[in-house]
Amino acid sequence: MTFILNFLSLGIPFSVALLIASLGEMFNQRAGIFNLGCEGIMAMGAFLGMLIPYSIGRGADVPGIYNYLGLLVATGVGALLGLFFAMVVVTFRAPQGIAGIGLQMFGVGTAGTLFRHFVGGTQSIPGINRAPIPFLADIPVLGPLFFNHNPLVYVAFFLVPIAWYVLFKTPWGLRVRAVGTHPRAADSIGIQVNKVRFQALALGGALAGLAGAYLSLCQAKMFSDEIIAGRGFIAVALVYFGHWNPVKIMGGALLFSLAQALQLAIQGLGIDFPYEFLVMLPYVLVILVLTLSRKAQHMGPTALGKPFNREMRT
Amino acid sequence: MEHTTRTINSLRVEHITKRFPGVLACDDISLSIGKGEVLALVGENGAGKTTLMNVLMGLYHPDEGKIFINDEEVHFKSPNDAFACGIGMVHQQYMLVPNMTVLENIALGYKQAWKGLKLDLALVRRQVKDVIGKYGLTVDPDAYIWQLSVGEQQRVELVKTLCLGARFLILDEPTSALTPQETDELIVLLKRMAGELSIIFISHKLQEVKDLSSKVAILRHGKVVFQGTTSDHSSSDIAALMTGHEVVLPHNTGEACCLGPMLQLKNLKARSDRGFLALDDLSLYVCKGEIVGLAGVSGNGQRELAEVINGLRHVESGQILFDGQDIANFTPAQVIDAGMGYIPEERNTEGIVPSFSMKENFILKDSTSSQFNRHAFLNNKEIDRNANELREKFDIRSPNIEVAAGSLSGGNIQKVILAREISRNPKFLIAVYPTRGLDMGAAEFIHKQLLQKRNEGVGILLISEELDEITNLSDQVAVIFKGKIQKVLPSSKASRRRLGILMAGVKDDEEI
Amino acid sequence: MTKRFNTGYKITVIILSILVAMLIGAVILIAIGADVLKTYLVILTEPLKNKIGITEVLLRMIPLTIVALGITVAYRSGIINIGAEGQMAIGILATTAIALLFPNLPSYVLIPFAILAGALGGAFWGFIPGFLKAKLEVSELLSTVMLNYIAAQLYTFFLRGPMLDPAELTMGSGTPQSMRLTRNLDLTRLIPGTRLHSGIFIAIALALLIYLLLWKTSYGFKMRAAGAQERAARYGGINVPKYLIIAMVISGAFAGMAGAIEIAGVHRRAIEGVTSGYGFSGIVVALFGGLHPAGILPAAFFFGLLLYGADMTQRLVGVPANMVQVLQGVIILVIVSSKMILANPYLQQRVETKWLALTKQSRKEVQA
Repeated sequence: MTFILNFLSLGIPFSVALLIASLGEMFNQRAGIFNLGCEGIMAMGAFLGMLIPYSIGRGADVPGIYNYLGLLVATGVGALLGLFFAMVVVTFRAPQGIAGIGLQMFGVGTAGTLFRHFVGGTQSIPGINRAPIPFLADIPVLGPLFFNHNPLVYVAFFLVPIAWYVLFKTPWGLRVRAVGTHPRAADSIGIQVNKVRFQALALGGALAGLAGAYLSLCQAKMFSDEIIAGRGFIAVALVYFGHWNPVKIMGGALLFSLAQALQLAIQGLGIDFPYEFLVMLPYVLVILVLTLSRKAQHMGPTALGKPFNREMRT
Repeated sequence: MEHTTRTINSLRVEHITKRFPGVLACDDISLSIGKGEVLALVGENGAGKTTLMNVLMGLYHPDEGKIFINDEEVHFKSPNDAFACGIGMVHQQYMLVPNMTVLENIALGYKQAWKGLKLDLALVRRQVKDVIGKYGLTVDPDAYIWQLSVGEQQRVELVKTLCLGARFLILDEPTSALTPQETDELIVLLKRMAGELSIIFISHKLQEVKDLSSKVAILRHGKVVFQGTTSDHSSSDIAALMTGHEVVLPHNTGEACCLGPMLQLKNLKARSDRGFLALDDLSLYVCKGEIVGLAGVSGNGQRELAEVINGLRHVESGQILFDGQDIANFTPAQVIDAGMGYIPEERNTEGIVPSFSMKENFILKDSTSSQFNRHAFLNNKEIDRNANELREKFDIRSPNIEVAAGSLSGGNIQKVILAREISRNPKFLIAVYPTRGLDMGAAEFIHKQLLQKRNEGVGILLISEELDEITNLSDQVAVIFKGKIQKVLPSSKASRRRLGILMAGVKDDEEI
Repeated sequence: MTKRFNTGYKITVIILSILVAMLIGAVILIAIGADVLKTYLVILTEPLKNKIGITEVLLRMIPLTIVALGITVAYRSGIINIGAEGQMAIGILATTAIALLFPNLPSYVLIPFAILAGALGGAFWGFIPGFLKAKLEVSELLSTVMLNYIAAQLYTFFLRGPMLDPAELTMGSGTPQSMRLTRNLDLTRLIPGTRLHSGIFIAIALALLIYLLLWKTSYGFKMRAAGAQERAARYGGINVPKYLIIAMVISGAFAGMAGAIEIAGVHRRAIEGVTSGYGFSGIVVALFGGLHPAGILPAAFFFGLLLYGADMTQRLVGVPANMVQVLQGVIILVIVSSKMILANPYLQQRVETKWLALTKQSRKEVQA
């Protein structure tokens, strides 16, 4: 029982980075853009999130506000990188898959370069700690499971209904869905397709940056070159798996984080099993999930991956 | 631009010129239209009609020329500006987002309903109700677009345009996907609307032009070649002006004869991409040396039928007997080897590899044949020789045989496909919309080639939405509706009216 | 459109894009307080100043060429292989296994045998995403990335476990690496005192092979057709899924071979970090080389220079070697953007009209 409880309460925080990043990617893809560079933006977010409190505090405990400043900077730079990607794939209409790989290399490389220069080696930071919610955290079983987490955990899960509302109930969400499905139709009634795509990519980038900063500030409390470890790519896969729907994406993120928690829990039990095979588990799971998930028929963004050009006559 | 509700008493365009790379789409066009008038804009495909209308909607910016509303010059930077002045357009390809509801599609353009973080769908619903009531249109506001038929989608387009405040309506080939009966209904509706609105109506169907319009303007190669009052001119006058010369498309004058069945389809069932039954127990046969025209409103299984025969789509049940052999669920390569030729619907993306050179496209189906291949290496000499020969024989206008096929014009691309398919000496040919979007000259060439093949004993299944093309060329006409063959009649008995009734799904037309 | 303008336009766009790439790189360099000009100068010229430097660049060119050739086959067939890193790792494992199992085979048997094993290992790792894409429509972009992570773990597992150097066990330093493989596997060093080995001839031969395959045979014709327009290829009777899988198998085999040759020619044992980003750099080389063997060879040399030069910047100007990854990422982004700019006739015409107007105006001014 305690084993299961431990494993679950471990799993929920693990899902946060995936959840935030894939909600961002969902907006990208709903607008018709496939951003494989998510991994690179997350790397930048993770580095910047850690850099701000580190460079101010130099390892000493710094006022919490600087941690949040780190989050903010990571989010902002994420948005800028999203806009940069938008310039490449929306304005220049470059093929999105390969451009995403470029962005990934750029982001990971830049984070690594700056990290070596400004930080040097592995440095841990105090980061953002758990914030148990008063009273609720004291409820047996449910308390530790749901109400004794990092503040960002609550934020991430709160983002799910918000993302749902934004996508399905606001004028902007309507425009995003239209430009990702039938950009010509949107264009014909005066919606600026490329502008909406820029906006969606900025939002997606911002969320990817935030997700990266969560990893360095809340989860690992340090930065390393391998901190993202493919989570950006998994986030992209989750969007397919979740059929571009925030609630289903949350389900997918939980599934993955539980797999990761299971891996740690098994290690904790001291069972003699090659460690490498446990680490592989989430990646194998991605391939399995992609293999098994059927394409949603009418509901997906059918213009995904296709640049829009009004004057290209078909 | 300020949103106005002023009535549009006159709209005038002067000296509009619009160029695309290599194409002069509109060449110094001037037109005018007053309140309550219906202007028919006619011309062949590629004459520049749609481009001109897109300029009027602010979708394209003219290289030269001016637009005046009520004698005041206006500049449309985007469709928003056109809407603001009360101009609305129903495009030929419907501009509706399939995975959204009717209401959401309208809200997309209805900016009064955009209230910050809230989308006021109730407001949109009221507006839709108003419009529906006023013009007597029936539309379910909560249906998803993908659930609607083509006719229903067109009504949604009309409602959408009117909801967005259009007082000046542009309709781009509104009847191209409708049955003759649906067309009649639309014309009645538009006549009723013409009392309060001005309408520009693009068409190349002369009957509709005569029925609906008060004025007619004819475009040819981007120029206005004629303007006048519709009632003063006969259909044949207009037709002659449209093409620049009297065109007599070739007719099938051969004796109908059956030299034995070549292709026999028995109780075919197949699913569409979306998973519903696109072919439902379809049976049909075509003889050697016979053209069977398949008439029908597009989307009734024509595409799936062509794909199923050519091994590009899975057959759930039924047989395809080709020269006595069941080729159902053969691979495309096996079907090709059996002697099938196929001119596909999508000539730019399916019929050719656009980035490949013309000569490479000629061997698309034959890269491993002994003619072009020696021990897995391509025989370039033979490939060049073949390409030069075909280019000359089929009069393909291109600088050389190395040019990328995708850079050719539509008519020349179709000739490349035709040349490849015919030079392979097929036993049978399936031609899907073979002349869609082509000028009369190219169409004539292709029709002649098809007839010649027929006379040489090749069976042909001709799928088309142009009833004239079907009746001119076919020995037999089959009508397809919802994946079934409604009826097969000899061409001599296939009148437009009769075909129209069958295309609309009425089974026994003799009674009517 | 005038031909002179056309060529001028293309050259201008290419020069501009190289400048843009260097400019974006410069932003990062400035951020870390480095001397921008000196850094670029070190990267581009320092390696070419002596024999060792040049051979080291050529040495890096070998895996880059082979990996990029494989990526080209896949790319031309419509599948983007980001999994070369993993395919290389599996290839190395296969080569190492053969060398450990048959240490006494003579060189002329063992070397081809071991390289073939490496190719098969990589081919298997390429087959998986190819099969998933062809049969189940799984995005190869995601599956190959995942397989990279999986391969990396497998690699460490084997180096820590079954293939661990027995000496490490007794010494207990715990470095995950295999023992020094049999000398029968060694590829000849070409110039005494340098590490350049005969693998470079293999790389050039493979480039010729890929050229013949893609442009002179019917197999290549079908693969390119499948990649250029899948629907048309299907229509033309080409078994697209089959050629997708074949392309991925070839692509993987090349990455595997690159790994095998690295082991036989440079490291002579399986150690961690052999692949060291060659899988990703290979993508850049393939794109920079215009997805054509004739372009890939010089591109591989250029990126070999960049990789080795970046190692030197760390020592000479204190710029971390990660900088090369930044440049590679930027170069990809700039190449794909400028390709689309070049391919856009609308933009080109607009520029030309403005250019003509401008020259006309200036001519008038001159006349006046």
